[in-house]
Amino acid sequence: MAIIQVEHLNYQYSNSDTKAIDDVSFEIQAGDWVAIVGHNGSGKSTLAKLLIGLMAADSGKITIDGQELTPDSVWQIREKVGMVFQNPDNQFVGATVADDVAFGMENRGVDRDTMVVKVDRALKQVGMSAYKDREPANLSGGQKQRVALAGIIAIAPKILILDEATSMLDPRGRQEILAVIQQLKTDLNLTVLSITHDIDEAANADRLVVIDDGRFVEEATPDNIFNHGQQLIDMGLDVPLSEKLKDALQKRHVAVPQSYLDERGLIDWLRTSRLNK
Amino acid sequence: MNKVMFGRFIPGHSWVHRLDPRAKLVLSFLYIAVVFFANDFWTYLIMTVLLLASVVASAIPLRVYIRGLMPLFWLMIFTVLIQVFFGAGGHVYWQWGWLVVSQNGLNSAGLILMRFVLIILISTILTFTTEPLEIADGIESLLSPLRKFHFPVATLALMLSLALRFVPTLMDEAEKIMNAQRSRGVDFGAGGLRQRIKTIVPILIPLFVNAFNRAIEISTAMEARGYQDGENRTKYRQLKWHRLDTVSLVIYVVSLSAVIGLRYFS
Repeated sequence: MAIIQVEHLNYQYSNSDTKAIDDVSFEIQAGDWVAIVGHNGSGKSTLAKLLIGLMAADSGKITIDGQELTPDSVWQIREKVGMVFQNPDNQFVGATVADDVAFGMENRGVDRDTMVVKVDRALKQVGMSAYKDREPANLSGGQKQRVALAGIIAIAPKILILDEATSMLDPRGRQEILAVIQQLKTDLNLTVLSITHDIDEAANADRLVVIDDGRFVEEATPDNIFNHGQQLIDMGLDVPLSEKLKDALQKRHVAVPQSYLDERGLIDWLRTSRLNK
Repeated sequence: MNKVMFGRFIPGHSWVHRLDPRAKLVLSFLYIAVVFFANDFWTYLIMTVLLLASVVASAIPLRVYIRGLMPLFWLMIFTVLIQVFFGAGGHVYWQWGWLVVSQNGLNSAGLILMRFVLIILISTILTFTTEPLEIADGIESLLSPLRKFHFPVATLALMLSLALRFVPTLMDEAEKIMNAQRSRGVDFGAGGLRQRIKTIVPILIPLFVNAFNRAIEISTAMEARGYQDGENRTKYRQLKWHRLDTVSLVIYVVSLSAVIGLRYFS
């Protein structure tokens, strides 16, 4: 069943001549992890903001979990959708970790006893229980993003949107947060929509949606899209190291597998093959 | 920057640390109000003993408090000198032109100095032993009756706690901007007052621009997390009034009543 349906969506910023989103339509199935990739300024973040009603589309229709997004339903939609933003500092509202996790529940008028239980549970799920009383100044970017995730799962949404959520993290923080999201997705049966430049994040996805200049370009599995090689760069993704190496080998006439390999896969393949020309 | 002790929080588990912030706020305000009633040796003795007892109960050494007074040293000297020379009346001890040191002048100077020190020390006890956030919670709780008059207490409290939350973030940012400019040859310590003010402006402008951008992003994130208006929210943090608070309150009320009693009925 499609949990997100976008039909003929259009949006134009008032200070711009071109459309930021130009007749975009797609569907996302419940339980999928979909990555939206594209250049800077391709309209991906605009799309995310439209999806939870932070901006209103000029025309088109967004349906989330069977409910159409309208000015009246926007708060109900936000019950179903949690969003992690790019800058870890600028979404940390609470004075301490526990306060921040509770923020979303405070907004919804959850009573205090329930909040105490849910804050503890959510922090455990993201592996941040030990940091409960810490202040944001003493946390790394990755830890702050995990706290942001805890605040979102505490209100039990069905959909998680990551708006470049890992782009300001170091590689280790990025890996950690992706592992946590993978785990949460399985445990809580979430649908994940990640907007990203990062190849690892995109590789984690079940499907990739490529947009460019506000237009829908392609939708396929990561394997299919990564096989485009050079074209990846045009689509706004960094070519993964393993793909670069495969390209280089191919230029030296080494027979390499056609399907996408991540670094580990490539290492395994290198080890088992005897690299004959 | 690190030498400024005034207004800083020092973590601990003393009697005073464990008090409810509301109790500490109310007691401090009461104390400051009553300081102005004290007018002779006995009343000041009670005030001083009460203050020293509170300092001891805070388990922070007195010399830390003294260091907290230091930045205000010149202000105190200045105030005292003004009082000494311009408080006319009574026996004249010394005179030189229009400068007169009289009995009344010395008296009022002593009085002012004493009040000054007592008020600063009591507020220092409050800030040393109470996290800024607790103070914000305390203020919210104490203002909550104003809700009846549609005063946005919760919104005000959220503003206060957000401001406190972003103090370290903005300090970091200022430091980064300064380092970036230092690396390009700016010397912040050099030159006269004019020159120094000139070097501050290029720090403030990017700092303000960033702060505004931050504010926009934060408000987007808050809205995405379901923030609609300040007043219909529940609170995760809660303040608990303990026996310790009641005991402290009684001690203060009794001592402070004694001061007022001595002034009017002796």
